[in-house]
Amino acid sequence: MKQEKYEMIAKEHKAKNPKLQNAIVAFLIGGVIGMIGEGIIELLCNIFHMSRNNAGTIMIVIMIFIASLSTALGFFDKLVTKFKCGLLIPITGFAHSMTSAALDYKKEGPIYGVGANIFKLAGSVILYGIVAAWFFGMIRYLLGGRI
Amino acid sequence: MLLVNSFLFCGIVCMIAQIILDNTKLTPGHVTSMFVVFGAVLDSFSFYDKIIKVVGGGALLPITSFGHSLIHGALAKANEYGILGILMGMFDLTATGITAAIIFSFIFTLIFKPKN
Repeated sequence: MKQEKYEMIAKEHKAKNPKLQNAIVAFLIGGVIGMIGEGIIELLCNIFHMSRNNAGTIMIVIMIFIASLSTALGFFDKLVTKFKCGLLIPITGFAHSMTSAALDYKKEGPIYGVGANIFKLAGSVILYGIVAAWFFGMIRYLLGGRI
Repeated sequence: MLLVNSFLFCGIVCMIAQIILDNTKLTPGHVTSMFVVFGAVLDSFSFYDKIIKVVGGGALLPITSFGHSLIHGALAKANEYGILGILMGMFDLTATGITAAIIFSFIFTLIFKPKN
């Protein structure tokens, strides 16, 4: 293939990276997920007469279950490439990163494969979350007053 | 009303993340870690609790709520047991999420095969 022709075809297929469109898609998908979460909470509160705290916990477990299952079934990855942050920032992204890392390294065995790599991506969230929570918790505690 | 607030809040958080991701060289890992730290900062003066009261479930879903839960449990225990409580209560509220994620991903890893 000639160089010029190759460049022309490459230019046509190059991603245009429409930033505005990405932002709107992330807003809509993230918003829908938030709305589903709140909907589940109200459903649990009204049907099973749970307290709002318990309903929130169960809602998060349900979301993690759905995200893990759809990652294992293989179609969550396609959705993530389409919707990006709309799915990565909610707790679904956390579950997705754990399940996909575990599945990717399954062939290397249960210890050095799954066990060593399951926290490959989610580990950074836990690490920096704990360090930040400890640091700011210490500051808040040392400042005193009613916590 | 809580439904609309949830839609707006969760959507705006995701949109901010997407804008950061598009305009800098940071990876999704950087952005999620940043948001967890940001959630912890917001809750060190109980600001995130007020957001949850106004927004409802939409504020529990973004990863910022993970940082909030970490520091919230730590401070609640610190109230009771002093400075050691910060270490004792760190996982109090996030335990459900982390444990559920570990259990589900392990079970599904055993059952399913990776698709390439």
